[in-house]
Amino acid sequence: MRRSDFDPTSIEILNKQLKKTTLLILVVFGVLILRLWFLQIVNGSIYRTKSESNRIHLRAIPAFRGIILDRNGEMLVGNRPSYDLYVIPEGVQDQERLSRSLKRLIGLELQMIERKLDGASRRYPFRPVCLKRDISRNELAVLETHRFNLPGIMIKVKPQRHYIRGNLAAHLLGYLGEINEDQLKSGRYPGSKPGDLIGKTGVEWKWQPFLNGMRGGEQVEVDAAGRKIRSISRKPPISGGNVYLTIDKDLQALAERCLKDKKGAIVALNPNNGEILAMASSPCFDPNLFVGGIDRTTWKGIVSSKGFPLQNRALSGQYPPGSIFKILVALAGLEEGVIDPEEELFCNGTYSLGKHTYRCWQKHGHGMVNLRRALVESCDVYFYKMGKRLGVDKIARYARRLGLGKVTGFPVGQEKEGLIPTSKWKLKRFGVPWQLGETISVSIGQSFVLVTPIQMASMIAAVFNGGFIFKPQVTKRAGKAGDDKGYKFKPKMIESVEISKEHLEFVKSALVGVVNDTRGTGWRAKIKNITVAGKTGTAQVITLEKEEEFDGGGELPYKFRDHAWFVAVAPAERPRIALAIIIEHGGHGGRAAAPIGKQMIKSFLGENRQLLAYEP
Amino acid sequence: MFDRRLIQNFDWILLLFLLLLAAISILNLYSATYAIRNVGGSQVFVKQIYWFLIGFAVFLLMTTFNYSLLERFAYPVYFISITLLILVLFVGKVASGSQRWLSLGLISFQPSEVAKIAILIVLAKFFSKKGGYREYRLRDLWQPFLLIVIPFVLILKEPDLGTALLLVVVCFSVILFVKMHWRSLVILVVSALSVAPFIWFELKEYQQLRILSFLRPDMDPLGSGYHINQSKIAIGSGLFWGKGFLKGTQTRLHFLPEQHTDFAFSVLGEEWGFVGSVLLLLLYLFLILWGLNIAKNSKDKFGSILAICIVASIFWQVVVNVGMVAGLLPVVGIPLVLFSYGGSSLISTMAALGLLMNISMRRFMFQ
Repeated sequence: MRRSDFDPTSIEILNKQLKKTTLLILVVFGVLILRLWFLQIVNGSIYRTKSESNRIHLRAIPAFRGIILDRNGEMLVGNRPSYDLYVIPEGVQDQERLSRSLKRLIGLELQMIERKLDGASRRYPFRPVCLKRDISRNELAVLETHRFNLPGIMIKVKPQRHYIRGNLAAHLLGYLGEINEDQLKSGRYPGSKPGDLIGKTGVEWKWQPFLNGMRGGEQVEVDAAGRKIRSISRKPPISGGNVYLTIDKDLQALAERCLKDKKGAIVALNPNNGEILAMASSPCFDPNLFVGGIDRTTWKGIVSSKGFPLQNRALSGQYPPGSIFKILVALAGLEEGVIDPEEELFCNGTYSLGKHTYRCWQKHGHGMVNLRRALVESCDVYFYKMGKRLGVDKIARYARRLGLGKVTGFPVGQEKEGLIPTSKWKLKRFGVPWQLGETISVSIGQSFVLVTPIQMASMIAAVFNGGFIFKPQVTKRAGKAGDDKGYKFKPKMIESVEISKEHLEFVKSALVGVVNDTRGTGWRAKIKNITVAGKTGTAQVITLEKEEEFDGGGELPYKFRDHAWFVAVAPAERPRIALAIIIEHGGHGGRAAAPIGKQMIKSFLGENRQLLAYEP
Repeated sequence: MFDRRLIQNFDWILLLFLLLLAAISILNLYSATYAIRNVGGSQVFVKQIYWFLIGFAVFLLMTTFNYSLLERFAYPVYFISITLLILVLFVGKVASGSQRWLSLGLISFQPSEVAKIAILIVLAKFFSKKGGYREYRLRDLWQPFLLIVIPFVLILKEPDLGTALLLVVVCFSVILFVKMHWRSLVILVVSALSVAPFIWFELKEYQQLRILSFLRPDMDPLGSGYHINQSKIAIGSGLFWGKGFLKGTQTRLHFLPEQHTDFAFSVLGEEWGFVGSVLLLLLYLFLILWGLNIAKNSKDKFGSILAICIVASIFWQVVVNVGMVAGLLPVVGIPLVLFSYGGSSLISTMAALGLLMNISMRRFMFQ
């Protein structure tokens, strides 16, 4: 044979290598065939018995999901046993009879049983089919006593998430739901299988991998009825860790009670480090509804409800701040030097600019007012004039420094930014220049200005802690029981606002006056022995003129009523709690919101004096 | 020009082997998916028939040109396949955590399958280029090392550990075949062994775990350990004659995982017993030996070495898969070539075998 580019040595080598290779291949195939001989002939009968007596099942051992507790170790979310009723199709002797018995004993529908068994039994006769999840104790007792007459049934116990206090802190805690296709593919949930429950919102979502632990499992040999004969190998599950929140269960419960049958939100935080002490939003929902897989009608009821119960208003409710904004305008005016605290301006109840007349909430006017009185009695006219001197862009600069118009960075839930308008913003957004009249409205927190309750709490905290904006946080600690290595809360300062001490002290003292002076708008929040400082706000939903149209005809329709605001800090000398309260369409802030502030502060400081040490 | 001698030299034996394997594969697939025929299982078996038909078309297509063209265009083909591998990392479809598929509108394919052939072609070109014979030393081998390492890293990134490792094993055995100087071989092995621990500690924990369970399936009793246990029961319970067609209980009860893909051989073992499994193995053995014969009779060195490359690839895929299902080797996601369900790997195998046919047909033709 002639080879085109082969030289003689190459051919020789090639043939030699081919011979060696052939031999090697024969040996390898020999080994494979020997292995088959060993499996099928030598040990064949053992495997045949195994395959017949059947069989090895893979059983998942669910991991215990970590529990969630409040700052004092009070349990908020735990697990309880849930008993699920299963049927192993192969074990059923008489399906008709079984269906009838189950209907008689625990009221299952015949059609449902038939549909479930027919679908599955032909394909996987040994695979248990779930007929009913989470049966009651009574049903369990009935089934257990009749077990011998019900061949094929099986009761499986599994831990079920339990929100012990129902609605309590539902928005913060979040809820569980079945993992979806995209989440499975994303790789964010290692070891998950279709049908697994994962945290969908709130702390349950944020700490999902940590709370979840790791599923275990075992290979078990079972008999034909699916009963375990022995365990072949086992991988123990790893329990999830526990999460301690910064909230105080009692304060949270009180906040929710105060909001009952109202719409609104309450945020209470520690002004010295940003720990959230309570965060309530009303209306609320019960996360327990989601656990067993929520049914369509309940879900639709929740989602389409007019009150949007799934929305956390404390984070995503955007409202005009109303008079609360005056705190900020006062600080801006002092810092910019356009306000002399001693200067007295005259308020006769109206303020005219061009053709337009702006009113003070006090129809007959406040008379001669200085800055302190303007804050204490919430004089609008005084702030119209101050706002005009400052201009919208300077107000906006201070607002942003104090954390408005941007998210606070709260780690759980969907937070909204709110809106702090500037002249540039308006030109870009609407293509029209800023109007001076709009500045007038902005200076009392109306017009385009929008804030969220958490921003307000954070702002009032900053006024009293010396100008520090902390990131609000909700996790105090996370770890296994007795493990110190886990996550620990650390305050995170976002901004240290530079405002002179003198100016801060002035505003602080005026805010003490709001609650404690005889003519202060927040007098309803006054508490004996505790210096409460605060500011009320009444945010208009429609203009004052329009409101007056209704004055003659009795009560204003609900949707047009003002939002009631109250922000507060106590005790003013060594602040331990900062609060922001909003009651949607609640009317006057001093009347509707301030009393809630009083209750919250009284309850918290009255009982928790020793728990919250002052941290500078 | 078309040459009548091409018909005369057509390698009927190679074709016969392929037809036999295809027939057994389809029959076995029918049984493997019989239990789930009402829930889409029958589609699997019909689809595979189509894949085989397309495969044979590709097979014939690969015989139409003179394979020496490949020697000339080896590098362009290689660069195209590398480009595809890079592309898949950016625009590939993500499926169960890895990104292996490139979609071309109607059809999608795995670029790693194209790369597998392209690498074999450049290797064949490299090892046939050197004039005269000498044993390769390390310094002669930097070029093929580079050619292998690039696609290896890219495939590892997808990640597709099984395919990447198979690639290395195939290429390394080809290098051993063309002979490496013994001293170079020792240096290579020793340095690989001494570098390994450093790489190990560089890996992330989950990567280490993956490799550990790859080497020791019993560490993962719920995953590969379970698969192996069921597979061994299936094969072993087949005894000498097997349980009979469509009578496999392991298969029917759905205890066997992935029975139509990676564990197709277990189904055969259960239903056709020792006789059936050994016959299938012998069929592969003859196919491989016939491939070596083609290498021996090739008219040039490029053809010879390309044939060796193709044979090595088939050989290792058979050994790794059968070794795995029989519980001899760790669980790697490598299907049984020409036997398991799956279009992408079947088409690329048929293309490779088409090249083998091409070499065989032109064994007497000289320019």
